[in-house]
Amino acid sequence: MYTTDMTGKKTAQPVAEDPARVAAFEARVANDEFIEPKDWMPEAYRRTLIRQISQHAHSEIVGMLPEGNWITRAPNLRRKAILLAKVQDEGGHGLYLYAAAETLGVSRDEMTEALLSGKAKYSTIFNYPTLTWADIGAIGWLVDGAAIMNQVPLQRTSYGPYARAMVRICKEESFHQRQGYEIMMHLAQGTPEQKRMAQDALDRWWQPSLMMFGPPDDKSPNTEQSMRWRIKRETNDELRQKFVDITVPQAEAIGLKAPDPALKWNEARGHYDFGEVDWDEFWAVVKGDGPVAKERMQARRKAWDDGAWVREAARVHAVKRAAAKLAAE
Amino acid sequence: MADAPPPLAACALRLGDDALILGQRLSEWCGHAPAIEIDLSLANVALDQIGQAAHFLGLAGEIEGKGRDADKLAFHRDVMDFANCLLVEQPNGDFAQTVARQFLFSHYQELLYAALAESKDARFAAIAAKALKEVKYHATLASDWVVRLGDGAEESRARMIAGLDWMWRFADELFAADEIDAALGLDKAALRSAWDARIDAVLADATLERPAAHRPVLGGRTGRHSEHLGHLLSEMQFLQRAYPGAAW
Ligand SMILES: [Fe+2]
Ligand SMILES: [Fe+2]
Ligand SMILES: [Fe+2]
Repeated sequence: MYTTDMTGKKTAQPVAEDPARVAAFEARVANDEFIEPKDWMPEAYRRTLIRQISQHAHSEIVGMLPEGNWITRAPNLRRKAILLAKVQDEGGHGLYLYAAAETLGVSRDEMTEALLSGKAKYSTIFNYPTLTWADIGAIGWLVDGAAIMNQVPLQRTSYGPYARAMVRICKEESFHQRQGYEIMMHLAQGTPEQKRMAQDALDRWWQPSLMMFGPPDDKSPNTEQSMRWRIKRETNDELRQKFVDITVPQAEAIGLKAPDPALKWNEARGHYDFGEVDWDEFWAVVKGDGPVAKERMQARRKAWDDGAWVREAARVHAVKRAAAKLAAE
Repeated sequence: MADAPPPLAACALRLGDDALILGQRLSEWCGHAPAIEIDLSLANVALDQIGQAAHFLGLAGEIEGKGRDADKLAFHRDVMDFANCLLVEQPNGDFAQTVARQFLFSHYQELLYAALAESKDARFAAIAAKALKEVKYHATLASDWVVRLGDGAEESRARMIAGLDWMWRFADELFAADEIDAALGLDKAALRSAWDARIDAVLADATLERPAAHRPVLGGRTGRHSEHLGHLLSEMQFLQRAYPGAAW
Protein backbone atom coordinates (compact mmCIF):
# COMPACT_ATOMS: atom_id res chain seq x y z
CA MET A 1 0.00 0.00 0.00
CA TYR A 2 1.00 3.61 -0.45
CA THR A 3 1.20 3.86 3.31
CA THR A 4 2.55 0.48 4.28
CA ASP A 5 5.74 0.52 6.26
CA MET A 6 8.24 -0.91 3.82
CA THR A 7 11.35 -0.36 5.86
CA GLY A 8 11.01 -3.75 7.52
CA LYS A 9 12.85 -2.45 10.57
CA LYS A 10 11.69 -1.67 14.07
CA THR A 11 11.21 2.03 14.57
CA ALA A 12 13.97 3.52 16.71
CA GLN A 13 13.08 3.68 20.37
CA PRO A 14 11.77 7.11 21.33
CA VAL A 15 14.02 9.49 23.19
CA ALA A 16 13.28 9.81 26.90
CA GLU A 17 9.90 11.48 27.21
CA ASP A 18 7.78 12.48 30.16
CA PRO A 19 5.75 9.31 30.91
CA ALA A 20 2.77 11.34 32.06
CA ARG A 21 2.63 13.21 28.74
CA VAL A 22 3.02 9.98 26.82
CA ALA A 23 0.22 8.40 28.83
CA ALA A 24 -2.07 11.38 28.27
CA PHE A 25 -1.30 11.24 24.55
CA GLU A 26 -1.97 7.51 24.34
CA ALA A 27 -5.24 7.98 26.19
CA ARG A 28 -6.42 10.65 23.77
CA VAL A 29 -5.56 8.47 20.81
CA ALA A 30 -7.25 5.44 22.37
CA ASN A 31 -10.28 7.64 22.83
CA ASP A 32 -10.27 8.35 19.06
CA GLU A 33 -9.51 12.04 19.51
CA PHE A 34 -7.67 13.88 16.77
CA ILE A 35 -4.12 15.01 17.43
CA GLU A 36 -3.46 18.42 15.90
CA PRO A 37 -0.15 19.99 14.82
CA LYS A 38 0.11 22.22 17.90
CA ASP A 39 -0.48 19.30 20.29
CA TRP A 40 2.35 17.53 22.04
CA MET A 41 3.18 14.14 20.52
CA PRO A 42 5.85 11.52 21.09
CA GLU A 43 8.82 11.91 18.79
CA ALA A 44 8.42 8.37 17.45
CA TYR A 45 4.80 9.10 16.52
CA ARG A 46 5.85 12.24 14.70
CA ARG A 47 8.61 10.44 12.82
CA THR A 48 6.43 7.49 11.92
CA LEU A 49 3.77 9.83 10.57
CA ILE A 50 6.26 11.83 8.53
CA ARG A 51 7.50 8.61 7.01
CA GLN A 52 4.02 7.29 6.31
CA ILE A 53 2.50 10.51 4.96
CA SER A 54 5.49 11.46 2.84
CA GLN A 55 5.67 7.94 1.43
CA HIS A 56 2.02 8.25 0.55
CA ALA A 57 2.64 11.64 -1.08
CA HIS A 58 5.58 10.29 -3.07
CA SER A 59 3.39 7.39 -4.23
CA GLU A 60 0.81 9.82 -5.59
CA ILE A 61 3.46 11.79 -7.47
CA VAL A 62 5.42 8.82 -8.84
CA GLY A 63 2.05 7.23 -9.61
CA MET A 64 1.39 9.98 -12.14
CA LEU A 65 4.07 8.49 -14.38
CA PRO A 66 2.70 5.07 -15.38
CA GLU A 67 -0.71 6.53 -16.20
CA GLY A 68 0.70 9.74 -17.66
CA ASN A 69 2.41 7.40 -20.11
CA TRP A 70 -0.96 6.88 -21.84
CA ILE A 71 -2.53 10.34 -21.85
CA THR A 72 -1.15 11.26 -25.25
CA ARG A 73 -2.28 7.89 -26.63
CA ALA A 74 -5.73 7.67 -25.06
CA PRO A 75 -8.12 6.14 -27.58
CA ASN A 76 -10.71 8.93 -27.78
CA LEU A 77 -11.34 12.44 -26.52
CA ARG A 78 -13.51 11.37 -23.61
CA ARG A 79 -10.97 8.85 -22.33
CA LYS A 80 -8.19 11.36 -22.79
CA ALA A 81 -10.01 13.96 -20.69
CA ILE A 82 -10.89 11.44 -17.97
CA LEU A 83 -7.34 10.15 -17.75
CA LEU A 84 -5.83 13.62 -17.71
CA ALA A 85 -8.20 14.65 -14.93
CA LYS A 86 -7.38 11.49 -13.02
CA VAL A 87 -3.64 11.97 -13.19
CA GLN A 88 -4.17 15.59 -12.20
CA ASP A 89 -6.16 14.40 -9.16
CA GLU A 90 -3.21 12.24 -8.13
CA GLY A 91 -0.96 15.30 -8.27
CA GLY A 92 -3.48 17.10 -6.09
CA HIS A 93 -3.39 14.21 -3.62
CA GLY A 94 0.37 14.52 -3.51
CA LEU A 95 0.02 18.21 -2.72
CA TYR A 96 -2.47 17.76 0.16
CA LEU A 97 -0.33 15.03 1.63
CA TYR A 98 2.90 17.02 1.44
CA ALA A 99 1.03 19.85 3.13
CA ALA A 100 -0.18 17.48 5.86
CA ALA A 101 3.38 16.22 6.40
CA GLU A 102 4.67 19.80 6.55
CA THR A 103 2.55 20.39 9.65
CA LEU A 104 4.89 17.90 11.37
CA GLY A 105 7.91 20.10 10.76
CA VAL A 106 9.42 18.78 7.55
CA SER A 107 9.56 20.79 4.31
CA ARG A 108 8.36 19.64 0.91
CA ASP A 109 11.85 20.18 -0.50
CA GLU A 110 13.35 17.93 2.18
CA MET A 111 10.81 15.23 1.39
CA THR A 112 11.48 15.56 -2.33
CA GLU A 113 15.22 15.28 -1.78
CA ALA A 114 14.62 12.14 0.29
CA LEU A 115 12.63 10.62 -2.57
CA LEU A 116 15.17 11.51 -5.23
CA SER A 117 18.11 10.25 -3.20
CA GLY A 118 16.35 6.90 -2.78
CA LYS A 119 16.11 7.35 0.99
CA ALA A 120 12.32 7.62 1.00
CA LYS A 121 10.14 4.88 -0.43
CA TYR A 122 7.02 4.94 -2.54
CA SER A 123 4.51 2.22 -3.34
CA THR A 124 6.07 -0.77 -5.11
CA ILE A 125 3.18 -0.88 -7.59
CA PHE A 126 4.46 2.06 -9.60
CA ASN A 127 7.63 0.23 -10.53
CA TYR A 128 5.79 -1.81 -13.15
CA PRO A 129 5.35 -0.62 -16.73
CA THR A 130 2.09 0.31 -18.47
CA LEU A 131 2.27 -1.58 -21.74
CA THR A 132 -1.19 -1.29 -23.25
CA TRP A 133 -4.29 0.85 -22.86
CA ALA A 134 -5.80 -1.91 -20.70
CA ASP A 135 -3.19 -1.12 -18.06
CA ILE A 136 -4.97 2.18 -17.53
CA GLY A 137 -8.13 0.27 -16.77
CA ALA A 138 -6.30 -2.21 -14.55
CA ILE A 139 -4.58 0.51 -12.55
CA GLY A 140 -7.80 2.39 -11.89
CA TRP A 141 -9.68 -0.74 -10.97
CA LEU A 142 -7.03 -2.57 -8.95
CA VAL A 143 -4.55 0.04 -7.76
CA ASP A 144 -7.01 2.77 -6.90
CA GLY A 145 -9.28 0.03 -5.57
CA ALA A 146 -6.57 -1.21 -3.24
CA ALA A 147 -5.73 2.37 -2.27
CA ILE A 148 -9.32 2.99 -1.20
CA MET A 149 -9.35 -0.13 0.91
CA ASN A 150 -6.38 1.09 2.84
CA GLN A 151 -7.36 4.72 2.98
CA VAL A 152 -11.00 4.58 4.00
CA PRO A 153 -10.02 3.54 7.55
CA LEU A 154 -7.41 6.32 7.56
CA GLN A 155 -10.16 8.92 7.35
CA ARG A 156 -10.38 8.23 11.09
CA THR A 157 -6.66 8.14 11.69
CA SER A 158 -5.42 9.90 14.82
CA TYR A 159 -3.55 12.75 13.16
CA GLY A 160 -6.07 15.46 12.17
CA PRO A 161 -4.43 16.91 9.05
CA TYR A 162 -3.81 13.42 7.68
CA ALA A 163 -7.36 12.27 8.38
CA ARG A 164 -8.81 15.34 6.67
CA ALA A 165 -6.56 14.89 3.62
CA MET A 166 -7.81 11.30 3.44
CA VAL A 167 -11.44 12.36 3.38
CA ARG A 168 -10.87 14.47 0.26
CA ILE A 169 -8.66 11.88 -1.36
CA CYS A 170 -10.96 8.92 -0.79
CA LYS A 171 -13.84 10.54 -2.64
CA GLU A 172 -11.68 10.95 -5.72
CA GLU A 173 -10.10 7.51 -5.48
CA SER A 174 -13.49 5.85 -5.64
CA PHE A 175 -14.24 7.73 -8.87
CA HIS A 176 -10.92 6.51 -10.24
CA GLN A 177 -11.73 2.97 -9.29
CA ARG A 178 -15.07 3.07 -11.09
CA GLN A 179 -13.59 4.69 -14.16
CA GLY A 180 -10.87 2.05 -14.30
CA TYR A 181 -13.35 -0.78 -13.97
CA GLU A 182 -15.45 0.79 -16.70
CA ILE A 183 -12.46 0.78 -19.06
CA MET A 184 -11.90 -2.90 -18.30
CA MET A 185 -15.55 -3.67 -18.82
CA HIS A 186 -15.49 -2.08 -22.26
CA LEU A 187 -12.37 -3.95 -23.26
CA ALA A 188 -13.63 -7.26 -21.91
CA GLN A 189 -16.78 -6.88 -23.99
CA GLY A 190 -14.92 -5.58 -27.03
CA THR A 191 -13.06 -7.27 -29.88
CA PRO A 192 -10.98 -10.42 -29.21
CA GLU A 193 -7.85 -8.24 -29.28
CA GLN A 194 -9.30 -5.94 -26.66
CA LYS A 195 -10.34 -8.81 -24.46
CA ARG A 196 -6.86 -10.27 -24.72
CA MET A 197 -5.42 -6.89 -23.75
CA ALA A 198 -7.69 -6.74 -20.68
CA GLN A 199 -6.82 -10.27 -19.48
CA ASP A 200 -3.13 -9.63 -20.05
CA ALA A 201 -3.31 -6.48 -17.95
CA LEU A 202 -5.06 -8.33 -15.13
CA ASP A 203 -2.46 -11.09 -15.37
CA ARG A 204 0.36 -8.60 -14.92
CA TRP A 205 -1.19 -6.30 -12.29
CA TRP A 206 -2.79 -8.90 -10.02
CA GLN A 207 0.21 -9.90 -7.92
CA PRO A 208 1.69 -6.41 -7.70
CA SER A 209 -1.73 -5.21 -6.49
CA LEU A 210 -1.78 -7.80 -3.70
CA MET A 211 1.69 -6.63 -2.72
CA MET A 212 0.36 -3.11 -2.23
CA PHE A 213 -0.96 -4.16 1.18
CA GLY A 214 2.55 -4.80 2.36
CA PRO A 215 4.29 -7.84 3.84
CA PRO A 216 2.35 -10.52 5.75
CA ASP A 217 1.41 -9.53 9.28
CA ASP A 218 4.05 -11.73 10.88
CA LYS A 219 6.71 -9.87 8.85
CA SER A 220 5.33 -6.43 9.60
CA PRO A 221 7.09 -5.38 12.81
CA ASN A 222 5.47 -1.99 13.33
CA THR A 223 1.87 -3.04 12.84
CA GLU A 224 1.02 -3.31 16.51
CA GLN A 225 2.32 0.12 17.41
CA SER A 226 0.73 1.69 14.35
CA MET A 227 -2.61 0.14 15.21
CA ARG A 228 -2.37 1.45 18.75
CA TRP A 229 -1.59 4.91 17.39
CA ARG A 230 -4.53 4.68 14.99
CA ILE A 231 -2.30 5.38 12.00
CA LYS A 232 -3.21 1.98 10.75
CA ARG A 233 -6.60 0.51 11.47
CA GLU A 234 -6.55 -2.91 9.84
CA THR A 235 -3.66 -5.29 9.31
CA ASN A 236 -2.03 -5.94 5.94
CA ASP A 237 -3.44 -9.44 5.69
CA GLU A 238 -6.95 -8.35 6.64
CA LEU A 239 -6.93 -5.68 3.97
CA ARG A 240 -5.47 -8.04 1.37
CA GLN A 241 -8.20 -10.58 2.05
CA LYS A 242 -10.86 -7.90 1.78
CA PHE A 243 -9.41 -6.80 -1.56
CA VAL A 244 -9.41 -10.34 -2.95
CA ASP A 245 -12.97 -10.95 -1.75
CA ILE A 246 -14.25 -7.83 -3.48
CA THR A 247 -12.17 -7.98 -6.65
CA VAL A 248 -12.53 -11.61 -7.70
CA PRO A 249 -16.30 -11.38 -8.32
CA GLN A 250 -15.74 -8.08 -10.16
CA ALA A 251 -13.34 -9.84 -12.53
CA GLU A 252 -15.78 -12.73 -13.03
CA ALA A 253 -18.62 -10.31 -13.76
CA ILE A 254 -16.80 -9.07 -16.85
CA GLY A 255 -15.47 -12.43 -17.96
CA LEU A 256 -11.89 -12.04 -16.74
CA LYS A 257 -9.98 -14.38 -14.49
CA ALA A 258 -7.52 -13.54 -11.75
CA PRO A 259 -4.26 -15.39 -12.51
CA ASP A 260 -4.11 -17.64 -9.46
CA PRO A 261 -4.79 -21.40 -9.70
CA ALA A 262 -5.19 -21.55 -5.91
CA LEU A 263 -8.02 -19.04 -5.93
CA LYS A 264 -11.13 -20.70 -4.52
CA TRP A 265 -14.13 -19.68 -2.45
CA ASN A 266 -13.89 -21.13 1.03
CA GLU A 267 -17.39 -21.58 2.36
CA ALA A 268 -16.24 -22.28 5.91
CA ARG A 269 -14.12 -19.13 6.16
CA GLY A 270 -16.52 -17.00 4.14
CA HIS A 271 -13.52 -15.78 2.15
CA TYR A 272 -11.56 -16.63 -0.95
CA ASP A 273 -8.45 -18.71 -0.45
CA PHE A 274 -5.62 -17.52 -2.63
CA GLY A 275 -2.06 -18.47 -3.47
CA GLU A 276 1.05 -17.21 -1.77
CA VAL A 277 2.28 -13.83 -2.96
CA ASP A 278 5.83 -13.77 -4.30
CA TRP A 279 7.47 -11.98 -1.38
CA ASP A 280 10.96 -12.24 -2.82
CA GLU A 281 9.74 -10.17 -5.72
CA PHE A 282 8.14 -7.70 -3.29
CA TRP A 283 11.30 -7.20 -1.24
CA ALA A 284 13.39 -6.83 -4.37
CA VAL A 285 11.08 -4.07 -5.58
CA VAL A 286 11.11 -2.42 -2.15
CA LYS A 287 14.89 -2.38 -2.38
CA GLY A 288 14.65 -0.48 -5.66
CA ASP A 289 14.90 -3.35 -8.12
CA GLY A 290 11.47 -2.99 -9.69
CA PRO A 291 11.34 -3.48 -13.47
CA VAL A 292 11.04 0.25 -14.20
CA ALA A 293 12.23 1.69 -10.90
CA LYS A 294 15.19 3.31 -12.60
CA GLU A 295 12.96 4.91 -15.22
CA ARG A 296 10.57 6.24 -12.58
CA MET A 297 13.33 7.83 -10.54
CA GLN A 298 15.03 9.14 -13.66
CA ALA A 299 11.79 10.86 -14.71
CA ARG A 300 11.26 12.42 -11.28
CA ARG A 301 14.87 13.56 -11.07
CA LYS A 302 14.72 15.02 -14.56
CA ALA A 303 11.52 16.95 -13.78
CA TRP A 304 13.11 18.26 -10.59
CA ASP A 305 16.47 19.16 -12.13
CA ASP A 306 15.02 20.64 -15.32
CA GLY A 307 12.59 22.65 -13.23
CA ALA A 308 15.24 24.12 -10.93
CA TRP A 309 15.62 27.31 -12.96
CA VAL A 310 11.84 27.82 -13.01
CA ARG A 311 11.51 27.51 -9.25
CA GLU A 312 14.53 29.79 -8.85
CA ALA A 313 12.98 32.37 -11.21
CA ALA A 314 9.74 32.36 -9.23
CA ARG A 315 11.67 32.89 -6.00
CA VAL A 316 13.84 35.71 -7.40
CA HIS A 317 10.84 37.37 -9.01
CA ALA A 318 8.87 37.31 -5.75
CA VAL A 319 11.80 38.90 -3.91
CA LYS A 320 12.14 41.60 -6.59
CA ARG A 321 8.47 42.44 -6.56
CA ALA A 322 8.31 42.52 -2.78
CA ALA A 323 11.29 44.89 -2.70
CA ALA A 324 9.71 47.11 -5.35
CA LYS A 325 6.46 47.19 -3.41
CA LEU A 326 8.26 48.11 -0.21
CA ALA A 327 10.19 50.87 -1.99
CA ALA A 328 6.94 52.29 -3.35
CA GLU A 329 5.33 52.52 0.09
CA MET B 1 -10.99 13.84 -47.51
CA ALA B 2 -11.26 14.72 -51.16
CA ASP B 3 -13.89 17.46 -51.05
CA ALA B 4 -13.31 20.65 -49.15
CA PRO B 5 -15.73 20.87 -46.22
CA PRO B 6 -18.41 23.56 -46.30
CA PRO B 7 -16.97 26.87 -45.03
CA LEU B 8 -18.75 26.78 -41.68
CA ALA B 9 -17.55 23.25 -41.05
CA ALA B 10 -14.05 24.41 -41.97
CA CYS B 11 -14.36 27.21 -39.40
CA ALA B 12 -15.32 24.75 -36.71
CA LEU B 13 -12.47 22.45 -37.72
CA ARG B 14 -9.92 25.25 -37.34
CA LEU B 15 -11.21 26.09 -33.90
CA GLY B 16 -11.38 22.44 -32.87
CA ASP B 17 -7.97 21.56 -34.27
CA ASP B 18 -6.28 24.49 -32.52
CA ALA B 19 -7.73 23.37 -29.21
CA LEU B 20 -7.05 19.67 -29.82
CA ILE B 21 -3.43 20.03 -30.84
CA LEU B 22 -2.64 22.48 -28.05
CA GLY B 23 -4.37 20.23 -25.51
CA GLN B 24 -2.39 17.26 -26.77
CA ARG B 25 0.88 19.16 -26.53
CA LEU B 26 0.15 20.38 -23.01
CA SER B 27 -0.79 16.92 -21.84
CA GLU B 28 2.75 15.78 -22.69
CA TRP B 29 3.86 17.71 -19.60
CA CYS B 30 1.70 15.71 -17.23
CA GLY B 31 3.91 14.29 -14.47
CA HIS B 32 7.03 16.08 -15.70
CA ALA B 33 6.50 19.77 -14.92
CA PRO B 34 8.92 21.89 -12.85
CA ALA B 35 6.66 21.82 -9.76
CA ILE B 36 3.47 20.01 -8.81
CA GLU B 37 1.46 23.24 -8.90
CA ILE B 38 2.63 23.88 -12.46
CA ASP B 39 1.82 20.31 -13.40
CA LEU B 40 -1.74 20.81 -12.16
CA SER B 41 -2.21 24.13 -13.93
CA LEU B 42 -0.90 22.82 -17.26
CA ALA B 43 -3.22 19.84 -16.96
CA ASN B 44 -6.07 22.25 -16.30
CA VAL B 45 -5.37 24.18 -19.47
CA ALA B 46 -5.00 20.94 -21.42
CA LEU B 47 -8.34 19.69 -20.12
CA ASP B 48 -10.09 22.90 -21.08
CA GLN B 49 -8.63 22.74 -24.57
CA ILE B 50 -9.61 19.12 -25.07
CA GLY B 51 -13.13 19.93 -23.91
CA GLN B 52 -13.36 22.81 -26.38
CA ALA B 53 -11.95 20.60 -29.11
CA ALA B 54 -14.68 18.04 -28.51
CA HIS B 55 -17.33 20.73 -28.88
CA PHE B 56 -15.94 22.39 -31.99
CA LEU B 57 -15.06 19.13 -33.73
CA GLY B 58 -18.49 17.79 -32.88
CA LEU B 59 -19.98 20.87 -34.48
CA ALA B 60 -17.74 20.51 -37.54
CA GLY B 61 -18.96 16.95 -38.04
CA GLU B 62 -22.55 17.98 -37.57
CA ILE B 63 -22.31 20.78 -40.15
CA GLU B 64 -20.45 18.55 -42.56
CA GLY B 65 -23.23 16.00 -42.28
CA LYS B 66 -21.24 12.93 -43.28
CA GLY B 67 -21.63 11.11 -40.01
CA ARG B 68 -18.20 11.95 -38.63
CA ASP B 69 -18.16 12.74 -34.93
CA ALA B 70 -15.46 14.56 -32.96
CA ASP B 71 -13.44 11.36 -32.42
CA LYS B 72 -13.61 10.40 -36.06
CA LEU B 73 -12.26 13.83 -36.96
CA ALA B 74 -9.58 13.82 -34.29
CA PHE B 75 -8.28 10.31 -34.81
CA HIS B 76 -8.85 9.58 -38.48
CA ARG B 77 -7.45 12.50 -40.42
CA ASP B 78 -3.91 12.92 -41.69
CA VAL B 79 -1.69 15.99 -41.56
CA MET B 80 -2.99 17.63 -44.72
CA ASP B 81 -6.53 17.69 -43.39
CA PHE B 82 -5.68 19.29 -40.07
CA ALA B 83 -6.42 23.01 -40.01
CA ASN B 84 -4.77 24.13 -36.77
CA CYS B 85 -2.34 27.02 -36.75
CA LEU B 86 1.36 26.18 -36.74
CA LEU B 87 1.85 27.80 -33.35
CA VAL B 88 -0.03 25.15 -31.36
CA GLU B 89 1.81 22.22 -32.91
CA GLN B 90 5.22 23.57 -31.90
CA PRO B 91 7.05 21.29 -29.48
CA ASN B 92 6.91 22.05 -25.77
CA GLY B 93 10.64 22.68 -25.57
CA ASP B 94 11.55 23.89 -22.11
CA PHE B 95 8.96 25.45 -19.81
CA ALA B 96 9.70 28.94 -21.18
CA GLN B 97 8.96 27.80 -24.72
CA THR B 98 5.68 26.26 -23.56
CA VAL B 99 4.82 29.50 -21.77
CA ALA B 100 5.65 31.56 -24.86
CA ARG B 101 3.34 29.43 -27.02
CA GLN B 102 0.55 29.65 -24.47
CA PHE B 103 1.00 33.37 -24.02
CA LEU B 104 0.76 34.22 -27.73
CA PHE B 105 -2.06 31.77 -28.33
CA SER B 106 -4.25 32.36 -25.27
CA HIS B 107 -4.51 36.09 -25.81
CA TYR B 108 -5.53 35.40 -29.40
CA GLN B 109 -7.97 32.70 -28.33
CA GLU B 110 -9.55 34.94 -25.72
CA LEU B 111 -10.09 37.78 -28.19
CA LEU B 112 -11.35 35.33 -30.78
CA TYR B 113 -13.85 33.67 -28.43
CA ALA B 114 -15.05 37.06 -27.22
CA ALA B 115 -15.81 37.95 -30.84
CA LEU B 116 -17.31 34.52 -31.56
CA ALA B 117 -19.56 34.77 -28.53
CA GLU B 118 -21.31 37.59 -30.40
CA SER B 119 -21.57 35.54 -33.59
CA LYS B 120 -24.90 35.30 -35.40
CA ASP B 121 -24.39 31.55 -35.49
CA ALA B 122 -25.76 30.48 -32.13
CA ARG B 123 -23.88 27.16 -32.16
CA PHE B 124 -20.46 28.82 -32.36
CA ALA B 125 -21.53 31.57 -29.99
CA ALA B 126 -22.64 29.09 -27.33
CA ILE B 127 -19.36 27.14 -27.33
CA ALA B 128 -17.25 30.30 -27.33
CA ALA B 129 -19.25 32.00 -24.61
CA LYS B 130 -18.93 28.98 -22.37
CA ALA B 131 -15.19 28.66 -22.98
CA LEU B 132 -14.39 32.34 -22.66
CA LYS B 133 -13.87 32.24 -18.90
CA GLU B 134 -11.49 29.30 -19.28
CA VAL B 135 -9.30 30.94 -21.88
CA LYS B 136 -9.24 34.20 -19.94
CA TYR B 137 -7.67 32.27 -17.12
CA HIS B 138 -5.17 30.66 -19.53
CA ALA B 139 -4.12 34.08 -20.80
CA THR B 140 -3.63 35.36 -17.25
CA LEU B 141 -1.71 32.27 -16.24
CA ALA B 142 0.61 32.48 -19.24
CA SER B 143 1.12 36.23 -18.82
CA ASP B 144 2.03 35.77 -15.16
CA TRP B 145 4.68 33.27 -16.13
CA VAL B 146 6.07 35.50 -18.88
CA VAL B 147 6.53 38.20 -16.24
CA ARG B 148 7.95 35.82 -13.63
CA LEU B 149 10.43 34.27 -16.03
CA GLY B 150 11.28 37.49 -17.90
CA ASP B 151 11.72 39.56 -14.77
CA GLY B 152 13.08 36.65 -12.75
CA ALA B 153 16.61 35.30 -12.72
CA GLU B 154 19.21 35.61 -15.45
CA GLU B 155 18.71 32.09 -16.77
CA SER B 156 14.92 32.31 -16.84
CA ARG B 157 15.13 35.61 -18.68
CA ALA B 158 17.41 34.15 -21.36
CA ARG B 159 15.12 31.15 -21.75
CA MET B 160 11.99 33.30 -21.94
CA ILE B 161 13.60 35.38 -24.69
CA ALA B 162 14.57 32.23 -26.58
CA GLY B 163 11.06 30.80 -26.16
CA LEU B 164 9.40 33.91 -27.52
CA ASP B 165 11.89 34.02 -30.34
CA TRP B 166 11.01 30.44 -31.32
CA MET B 167 7.27 31.11 -31.36
CA TRP B 168 7.12 34.62 -32.75
CA ARG B 169 7.24 33.68 -36.46
CA PHE B 170 3.92 31.83 -36.05
CA ALA B 171 2.00 34.81 -34.64
CA ASP B 172 0.99 36.39 -37.94
CA GLU B 173 -0.82 33.28 -39.04
CA LEU B 174 -3.28 33.70 -36.19
CA PHE B 175 -4.65 36.86 -37.77
CA ALA B 176 -4.53 35.86 -41.43
CA ALA B 177 -8.08 36.29 -42.70
CA ASP B 178 -9.67 34.44 -45.60
CA GLU B 179 -13.08 33.67 -47.07
CA ILE B 180 -13.55 30.69 -44.75
CA ASP B 181 -13.52 32.87 -41.65
CA ALA B 182 -15.65 35.37 -43.54
CA ALA B 183 -18.35 32.70 -43.78
CA LEU B 184 -18.75 33.05 -40.03
CA GLY B 185 -18.53 36.83 -40.18
CA LEU B 186 -15.19 36.63 -38.37
CA ASP B 187 -12.61 39.34 -38.94
CA LYS B 188 -9.45 37.99 -37.37
CA ALA B 189 -7.33 40.85 -38.68
CA ALA B 190 -9.42 43.19 -36.55
CA LEU B 191 -8.25 41.39 -33.42
CA ARG B 192 -4.62 42.19 -34.09
CA SER B 193 -4.36 45.62 -32.53
CA ALA B 194 -5.98 44.52 -29.28
CA TRP B 195 -3.67 41.51 -29.23
CA ASP B 196 -0.60 43.67 -29.87
CA ALA B 197 -1.56 45.96 -27.01
CA ARG B 198 -1.97 43.06 -24.59
CA ILE B 199 1.26 41.39 -25.63
CA ASP B 200 3.21 44.63 -25.38
CA ALA B 201 1.82 45.45 -21.93
CA VAL B 202 2.84 42.07 -20.55
CA LEU B 203 6.26 42.18 -22.19
CA ALA B 204 6.82 45.63 -20.67
CA ASP B 205 5.92 44.28 -17.24
CA ALA B 206 8.34 41.42 -17.86
CA THR B 207 11.03 43.97 -18.89
CA LEU B 208 11.28 42.15 -22.22
CA GLU B 209 11.43 43.45 -25.76
CA ARG B 210 9.25 42.23 -28.55
CA PRO B 211 11.24 39.65 -30.56
CA ALA B 212 12.73 40.94 -33.80
CA ALA B 213 10.34 40.67 -36.73
CA HIS B 214 10.56 37.32 -38.51
CA ARG B 215 9.24 36.41 -41.89
CA PRO B 216 5.89 34.88 -40.98
CA VAL B 217 5.52 31.14 -41.45
CA LEU B 218 2.03 30.30 -42.71
CA GLY B 219 0.14 27.30 -44.00
CA GLY B 220 -1.45 25.49 -41.08
CA ARG B 221 -4.97 26.52 -41.98
CA THR B 222 -4.62 24.86 -45.39
CA GLY B 223 -2.87 21.73 -44.20
CA ARG B 224 0.72 22.86 -44.82
CA HIS B 225 2.16 22.00 -41.44
CA SER B 226 5.51 21.65 -39.74
CA GLU B 227 7.21 18.28 -39.45
CA HIS B 228 6.13 18.15 -35.82
CA LEU B 229 2.46 17.53 -36.48
CA GLY B 230 2.88 14.12 -38.09
CA HIS B 231 4.67 12.79 -35.03
CA LEU B 232 2.06 14.24 -32.72
CA LEU B 233 -0.69 12.54 -34.75
CA SER B 234 1.03 9.19 -34.95
CA GLU B 235 1.19 9.11 -31.18
CA MET B 236 -2.31 10.46 -30.59
CA GLN B 237 -4.00 8.27 -33.20
CA PHE B 238 -2.13 5.06 -32.48
CA LEU B 239 -4.92 3.02 -30.88
CA GLN B 240 -7.62 4.04 -33.32
CA ARG B 241 -5.33 3.20 -36.22
CA ALA B 242 -4.03 -0.08 -34.79
CA TYR B 243 -7.48 -1.41 -33.89
CA PRO B 244 -9.82 -0.13 -36.59
CA GLY B 245 -13.47 -0.32 -35.67
CA ALA B 246 -12.93 -1.06 -31.98
CA ALA B 247 -14.92 0.94 -29.43
CA TRP B 248 -13.20 2.17 -26.29
FE1 LIG C 1 -4.45 9.36 -5.33
FE1 LIG D 1 -3.67 6.72 -6.30
FE1 LIG E 1 -6.47 7.65 -7.74
